[in-house]
Amino acid sequence: MPVHDQMEFFIDPSRCIGCQACVQACGECDTHKGVPMIHLEYVDRGHSTQTVPVVCMHCDSPTCAEVCPADAIKKTADGVVQTARKPRCVACNNCVLACPFGVPKMMTDFELMMKCDMCYDRTSAGKKPMCATVCPSGALFFGTRERIETMRPRGTPVNQFQFGTQTITTKVSMMVPKYAARIEHIDVAAAMNEGSGGKSISLNILTAVYNAKDEA
Amino acid sequence: MSTEKIKATIWATLVTAVLARLIVLGSNNLTNFDAALVGYTFATLFAAFGITRRYALWLQRPPTSIYWKRGWSVFFRMFRPRYAVGNLITFFRRLIIDFAFTSFIWRRGKLRWAAHWFTMWGSLTASAVTFPLVFGWIFFGTITDDPGWYRVYVVGYPTFAFPIQSFIGFMIFHALVWSAIMVIVGVLLALRRRLRDHGAISKQQFGEDFLPLFLLFAISVTGLMLTASYTWMKGYSYDFLAILHAITVIFTLLWLPFGKFFHIFQRSAQIGVAFYKDVGRQGEQAMCRRCGEPFASMMHIRDLIAVEQQLGYNYQMPDSPVEHYQWICPRCRRALLGLAQGSLWAASPGVSPK
Repeated sequence: MPVHDQMEFFIDPSRCIGCQACVQACGECDTHKGVPMIHLEYVDRGHSTQTVPVVCMHCDSPTCAEVCPADAIKKTADGVVQTARKPRCVACNNCVLACPFGVPKMMTDFELMMKCDMCYDRTSAGKKPMCATVCPSGALFFGTRERIETMRPRGTPVNQFQFGTQTITTKVSMMVPKYAARIEHIDVAAAMNEGSGGKSISLNILTAVYNAKDEA
Repeated sequence: MSTEKIKATIWATLVTAVLARLIVLGSNNLTNFDAALVGYTFATLFAAFGITRRYALWLQRPPTSIYWKRGWSVFFRMFRPRYAVGNLITFFRRLIIDFAFTSFIWRRGKLRWAAHWFTMWGSLTASAVTFPLVFGWIFFGTITDDPGWYRVYVVGYPTFAFPIQSFIGFMIFHALVWSAIMVIVGVLLALRRRLRDHGAISKQQFGEDFLPLFLLFAISVTGLMLTASYTWMKGYSYDFLAILHAITVIFTLLWLPFGKFFHIFQRSAQIGVAFYKDVGRQGEQAMCRRCGEPFASMMHIRDLIAVEQQLGYNYQMPDSPVEHYQWICPRCRRALLGLAQGSLWAASPGVSPK
């Protein structure tokens, strides 16, 4: 059964609080039992609490599938890019290195690439993906476009991403601010020189402790 | 027809012609060929054509082509004195551990391993027995002075002999029975998983996942019925069963190039990939142009950039010292996604989601 075409996945990393609930829930998914496929990435662990939950974006033209020498990655008719087919995957790592979002995981022990498949056992049965079910801050949301637009009136979903000169269109959308002029795409490569901003650790607790010790 | 398809068809025709010639030669100009098995032979020739054509097309895909070329160059490097001994040991170790024992499937799951191992070895032993017999490359002949003995002839040359009424005779004549039992055990274990595992249920397709199991089961069961017919039932319905068995085998052979069984021929790439990785680890490493950490072999990244360009992807970054997005490690790519979105919200006047 395909994923219902009204139901979409929206991600909003700026709402992520790094609670790891999505990681724990992801491991419960029946399609990759016990192994979480979502990445919860610290942007700059030493200086910021900013975290990014990264799920497969399910590209229209998936680079991972195109560069696979074994033709092991297939996209279903409903646009979900499935994890590598076990009989075919030769664990070459091409997909891991080629995905512009850094999504696939190489499970060296299994000689197999595994990746988020949008909890296909659940979404194809009309349920939400595990991560979206448990996310307390709404950084991961699975529902209708109307619903997200009602819930987030200041944001708008975008599903085009720019990597250098390459534009990638995805099934999963990311929430961006609603400007007067619509943002057509998110220029990911342009963030090369960005520092983690909004959640910087500015308390300098350790410095304060050391200073206090010195004074004592 | 595209150039790739023409090339693939030429290779397929060549391989089929060579196999046909080998059948004629190996059976002593068809003297030792059993005409009753002609259906199997033509189905095998068709399978050889289909498999070679698909394999040749597959090898011409840009990512496969690069691994194919690199794989062979690494393979020939094995024969250089400096690497030969170590690489040959590694080669045979991988052959035994990865292929004979399929240890990577064991680590994925014990039940999955058991299902695959029994099916694989049952099918391989059955193929090793059936194809040479069908082609007339192997046949049994009685020994003139002692009719109680059989001699095995390989491509017409006499080899070892054994008493018909002996343990070894029993084992040889029932080789396909043992194979069939192994296949049935494997298929039933696989079916059990496919009927109970929620993850498998959500993704499985009839043609890709069930049909191969049904075909293997049908071949094995009809094969066992033949043995049962001539052993315990005085040949009851033997002719019908023989035709039924032939239909299941011929259908499987005709379907071989199109479905899941094609992975049997693709998996050999796993050994080439393992050596490619070994060579990559020994060589220069690619450093992420954002965090400065090594994340893959330089050879692999350069190959990927070439493959992506052949596929029409343009991840170049012409105005940046990074040059190409492929020089960014996967961890930094994930971080950049968050940074890119965060910067849009930060720049948004009077709007903050935080």
